Amino acid sequence: MNLLTISNLNMRLGGNHVLHDVDFAISRGEIVTIVGPNGSGKTTLLRAILGALRPTGGRVDRAPGLRIGYVPQRLHIDPTLPLTVRRFLSLPVRVGEARAAEALERAGVADLGGRQMTDLSGGQFQRALLARALLAEPDLLILDEATQGLDQPGSAAFYRRIEEVRAELGCAVLMVSHELHVVMAASDRVVCLNGHVCCSGAPEHVASAPEYRALFGTGTGGALALYRHDHAGHSHDHDHAAPAALEETP
Amino acid sequence: MSPLDSLVMRAALAGIGVAVAAAPLGAFVVWRRMAYFGEATAHAAILGVALALAFDLSITAGALAVALAMATTVSALSGRGYGMDTLLGVLAHSALATGLVAVSFLTEVRVDLMAYLFGDILSVGKTDLAVIWIGAAAVLGLVWLRWSALLTATLNPDLAHAAGIDPRREQMVLTIALALVVAVAIKVVGVLLIVALLVIPPAAARPFSATPERMGIVAAAIGMASALGGLGLSLRWDTPAGPSIVLVAAGAFALATLVDLVARAAARR
Repeated sequence: MNLLTISNLNMRLGGNHVLHDVDFAISRGEIVTIVGPNGSGKTTLLRAILGALRPTGGRVDRAPGLRIGYVPQRLHIDPTLPLTVRRFLSLPVRVGEARAAEALERAGVADLGGRQMTDLSGGQFQRALLARALLAEPDLLILDEATQGLDQPGSAAFYRRIEEVRAELGCAVLMVSHELHVVMAASDRVVCLNGHVCCSGAPEHVASAPEYRALFGTGTGGALALYRHDHAGHSHDHDHAAPAALEETP
Repeated sequence: MSPLDSLVMRAALAGIGVAVAAAPLGAFVVWRRMAYFGEATAHAAILGVALALAFDLSITAGALAVALAMATTVSALSGRGYGMDTLLGVLAHSALATGLVAVSFLTEVRVDLMAYLFGDILSVGKTDLAVIWIGAAAVLGLVWLRWSALLTATLNPDLAHAAGIDPRREQMVLTIALALVVAVAIKVVGVLLIVALLVIPPAAARPFSATPERMGIVAAAIGMASALGGLGLSLRWDTPAGPSIVLVAAGAFALATLVDLVARAAARR
């Protein structure tokens, strides 16, 4: 049973045919990444999945009772709006102290509950967003360019955290990114989007597909292999490894 | 003798009612940068007043209907790529001008225009008071019930969608609440100063608030104190009541800003 099935989806925005004939599905527990150049319709696709945009044609079918946790690309908080991290977690549904603390812990920002959202660093802010999304006990976690503004070790660490969360909660994850190598390494399946689905499949398969290479060049293929790490006995402790150091990883 | 027989007591209760309802709603006006939206809604109400006088209807009902029509129109136009501040500027002042011209046609009724522009809190009767409190209670109830959804939608529309909240519906809730506040506040501060009651108390409350709820409550307290202080000022020095209330609120804002600046300077040392 798929959590989400998109069939023959077409989206027109202001006269532009942004998405045409997009088909794909997500099943329970898998990590799917949508990659694509700027303007390829990634965010439009996510917004259609969230229900913020109505499809021009085709269907977006969610499994009955599907719970979605959403981590937006950017969240602008007006400076006139006071909001502690703890209060943010209780939007829109109030959560108890124990659950809030657990979610912060799981997102990797255990002690930040009392801080103002606007005072957080970029990485802390994204993790606070993640903590809130986790509180929805999502079947499907959706992340839109969630590591924008983070440096490479920071975003690598963030995506490793996502993998751990998936392992703990068993939720499916749908991410959008253009940080190809980092994201693809953490994915079960990659969908390459450019107005339509150019190719999809396992990361290694997509990275070697001609459609993908036409969009992104061949340079990332090698990096992918280097970033792909061993899922079994991996310690997840090299958060601050520089890209140069990773070149030497077998 | 009932306390409501006292003119000052009725004025005080009317002021408190409007201020307490306006403050939490005003917090959303501040957070969503809807001050100009509020102006347009409030200014449209003067046209409602003119229509109500012409057709011998209730002033509150006329003001409510036109304010609601204006707020709905603006809501529908927003998010369609118009330059909103310009559009709202056009609508707000056109509505005011239309209302003023319409009132001038009413030759058979003697209209005290100043009372509708700046309020006439000392003429609040028992029926007016009942209308004000019912309207205020409705606004408070609406904002209370929808608080969490409103806050989520204010933060980010997509975040709201993901949580199963329709941000357009929440926008409609705010629109209705705003039109209600405008309709009941005309008697108290008049159409030209309503937005001051919406915006100034939350702005003054901001430095002392770590959460949205606190900001709403502190704003309500500041609004209430402004209403009573302004009324006191007006009785003591024979100043117009509506502007006096706004003046006290502005004083609270200035004081709050100063205290905040000093506290920040002290923290930096």
